[in-house]
Amino acid sequence: MTTMNDTQLSDYVTFTTADQIFGLPIECVQDVFKPSRITRVPLAGPEIAGVLNLRGRIVTAIELRSRLGLAARGEGQVPMAIGIESRGESFGLLVDAVGEVLKLPDDEREPNPINLDRNLGRVAAGVYRLDGHLLVVLDIDRVLDLSLEAQAA
Amino acid sequence: MDDLLREFLTETNESLNLVDAELVRFEQEPNNGAILGNIFRLVHTIKGTCGFLALPRLETLTHAAETLMGKFRDGMPVTAEAVTLILSTIDRIKSILEAIETSEQEPEGGDGDLIDQLGRMARGEVAAPPRAAPLSQPAPAPVELKKPDQPEAPEKSDKQDKVGSERPDEERGDRLANHSIRVNVDTLDHLMTTVSELVLTRNQLLEIVRRQEDSDFKVPLQRLSSVTAELQEGVMKTRMQPIGNAWQKLPRVVRDLCAELGKDIELAMRGADTELDRQVLDLVKDPLTHLVRNCADHGIEAPAARIAAGKPAKGTIRLSAWHEGGHIIIEISDDGRGLDLAGIKAKIVEKGLASEAQLAAKSETEICNYIFAPGFTTAAKVTSISGRGVGMDVVRSNIEQIGGTVDLKSVSGVGATFTIKIPLTLAIVSALIVEAGGERFAIPQLAVLELVRAGNSGEHRIEHIKDAPVLRLRNKLLPLVRLKEVFRLGACDDENGFVVVTQVGSQVFGVVVDGVFHTEEIVIKPMSSKLRHIPVFSGTTILGDGSVIMIIDPNGVAQALGRAVAAAARAENSELQSREEENDEDTVSLLVFRAGSQQPKAVPLSLVTRLEEIDCRKIEISDGRHLVQYRDQLMPLLRIDAETSLKKEGAQPILVFSDQGRSMGLVADEIIDIVEERLDIEVSSDRPGLLGYAVIKGATTEIIDVGHFLPQAFADWFRRRDPSAARQARSVLLVDDSAFFRDLLAPLIKAAGYRVVAAASGADALAALKSDTRFDLIVTDIEMPEMDGFALAEAVRAMPGAAEIPIIALATMVSAETVERGRAVGFHDFVAKFDRAGLVAAIKEQGTDLNRAA
Repeated sequence: MTTMNDTQLSDYVTFTTADQIFGLPIECVQDVFKPSRITRVPLAGPEIAGVLNLRGRIVTAIELRSRLGLAARGEGQVPMAIGIESRGESFGLLVDAVGEVLKLPDDEREPNPINLDRNLGRVAAGVYRLDGHLLVVLDIDRVLDLSLEAQAA
Repeated sequence: MDDLLREFLTETNESLNLVDAELVRFEQEPNNGAILGNIFRLVHTIKGTCGFLALPRLETLTHAAETLMGKFRDGMPVTAEAVTLILSTIDRIKSILEAIETSEQEPEGGDGDLIDQLGRMARGEVAAPPRAAPLSQPAPAPVELKKPDQPEAPEKSDKQDKVGSERPDEERGDRLANHSIRVNVDTLDHLMTTVSELVLTRNQLLEIVRRQEDSDFKVPLQRLSSVTAELQEGVMKTRMQPIGNAWQKLPRVVRDLCAELGKDIELAMRGADTELDRQVLDLVKDPLTHLVRNCADHGIEAPAARIAAGKPAKGTIRLSAWHEGGHIIIEISDDGRGLDLAGIKAKIVEKGLASEAQLAAKSETEICNYIFAPGFTTAAKVTSISGRGVGMDVVRSNIEQIGGTVDLKSVSGVGATFTIKIPLTLAIVSALIVEAGGERFAIPQLAVLELVRAGNSGEHRIEHIKDAPVLRLRNKLLPLVRLKEVFRLGACDDENGFVVVTQVGSQVFGVVVDGVFHTEEIVIKPMSSKLRHIPVFSGTTILGDGSVIMIIDPNGVAQALGRAVAAAARAENSELQSREEENDEDTVSLLVFRAGSQQPKAVPLSLVTRLEEIDCRKIEISDGRHLVQYRDQLMPLLRIDAETSLKKEGAQPILVFSDQGRSMGLVADEIIDIVEERLDIEVSSDRPGLLGYAVIKGATTEIIDVGHFLPQAFADWFRRRDPSAARQARSVLLVDDSAFFRDLLAPLIKAAGYRVVAAASGADALAALKSDTRFDLIVTDIEMPEMDGFALAEAVRAMPGAAEIPIIALATMVSAETVERGRAVGFHDFVAKFDRAGLVAAIKEQGTDLNRAA
């Protein structure tokens, strides 16, 4: 893999959920935090983990696993949250673990493989082939658009 | 836009609104020199500023108006025409101002027409009707304004504007002008938001310190807390405005309506200086205007009709406002005709909002409140004022949006009163923190009436009607909604719950929660866009301990409650009624018994022939039916439902219903009591054989429909007993506007061996008579919309071929007066609506008379 000097590079915040590595462009990410005291919201959809107070702001927590139609996180596994600002509102995307920030060249981003899981395909904006892993880049607008419903895997 | 111009527009608009209100007052009190002086000054100020800002068109117009007003001030009599002319001038000024606001320059066109008229009137050319006495004391003109030729300095004009806009009263205006400044509304709003955040932070600090004993922070925090409270109050005060600001336009509105409708209406205002948050004020302005228009258009009658009804020709609309525990109450009442109940009922049915059967069980207040339903209007003709089918529903939703309620009381012929209750402010509200299914929620304190501890051990036990939980609270049935079930947080345990008695509009219901904590001042934060579709929540908030909780929207919960709430409202209203009618003799003897379930059952005692205890061994079973020999006849025994079982041994209590020598027995487990009580069926039932539920001696009681069981026992009997009657097939025309009573009575008359044709109105009945005059008897309700029973009788008497048909009247209340009037129009008999046996007897009696006559 050769990287030419004049290639545009983008920073991605990486994280894993259900053993899959994901990346979000760093400009969509406000902060990363450990969610505490999430208040469940009755009658809300399964993707809504609840609401929480992050330094005086009310954050709506969205469970990425439910969003992707995956099984719930195991007992005792504590999620991490990626803080996102979208249209004046604060969201927290609940993930299994947060990784490092990667600088990746734009021209190496490949379109979604056609056999990508449908739930994943709905919210993915391309993939990177890393050493031994695939990194799925998420389109945050599509992740937050809950009308694009996930179907049970 | 130029700052100066903007300032001018704002101030001029304020001044114009004042002129409006002043002018109407002036018309009423032409001798009041002070009012005249105020108006003159205001118009003059506008004129002066116009000249300064180079707005020639506006200046010429105001000048002409000012000249005329000057004449009035000098003693020229003020006529209604003159006031109208000045008002239309002001309208013109307003429209010019609007154009300036959008285009920043005066619109094309001239005002020659108005200026001409103004000039002519000022010269006395229009024949103003001479007054008996000229203005007794020409008002002294303010010296500094008397010289219009004096060039005006901009500062001065500015100052005049302030005086004008603050308060018409000159002295006070001067004083206020020196002590007040103009602050941008945005600045105040921002201040309010900041204070809200401060309150939140204070709450959090308090929570932290509460958990620590002997904290050094305790004392300074207490100080901080009280200062915060003071600051909050102070900032709220800056946003407060007198409700009179929202009323300013109303005198003009009423005056214009009077002119258009040919009515004479006085608008009396009380409590105009009651203050409320400007945000709330803005939102309540339009609903208020609409309600006042409504009173003027629908409520107050035309002068002739008022005199005919024995009222003064001049109608009165009263507007009052006052504070009451964190709320402001605004009352709008008129002394008009009240709401047209029959018209509303007809409209409800027409719109399919409720069936006649449902309406029959509703109270007057409940029916009146249908006018708040979307698209509801009863105005026969669409006027420019009201009757466009938009309005009352918007009024209600506007008021409910700001956490307020609107209530309506109407007394036919006496007037209607709207009561609006709104919170003083919206940003910070007091909320009750409750727990359900392990989660905490906030219920706005405004909606909470009281808290009741529920549980099987305590005084208040949760009971069930079918599957619907209810609570008996001070002798009324309160429908309950379990928060846990609404939120799908698991099954509810009724043992150790609390009931939060909640009111939404006129609906009262109980919300069952697991626990109740405390009340807290909460700052409402908007809901996440991902959660806005959930109707039971209105927002989120951060509590003192830092956790986020959802704020419950009582409106949404009421919707979840659905039918039960309607039933509760009915229970509530019937309670009110029973309170009002306590002195009435309108009680019924009821036989209370138990059969099958533990819940007591009741029938009107008048229907029961006797109570018997029959030896079980005498009960025989034939063809699947229980029979007993009773007075040398076989009497069928019926069970109320499958749950009721006959005793195996000993004595079986039976309620015996007899008619024409035949008897039927209804099986009971136990006769409990005979009580004298008003029978208010509060929750109606769809179950056959059950009319509904009522509270009797404090217990929820099922009211049994004997009419359902009679045909079961008697169907064959009628056929066997009177074959001649069947052959003759006498036909009865049954007229009742309520489908409920038609459905109740038609089978009864049929069972007595008659052919029944039911008609829903007097007109329908006449049509039926025209097409088929072979009716032997007419049974008609007296109270019906459009054509009542009396009118129908008169019409029948005048109808060839039908004039001789006997008429039986059904009356809910029979007074000597009604009987007298009935005799005059030719009723043969009166029967109380509930007395079915009496009706059958009366029908038979009339039939015999016919036979004899034949």
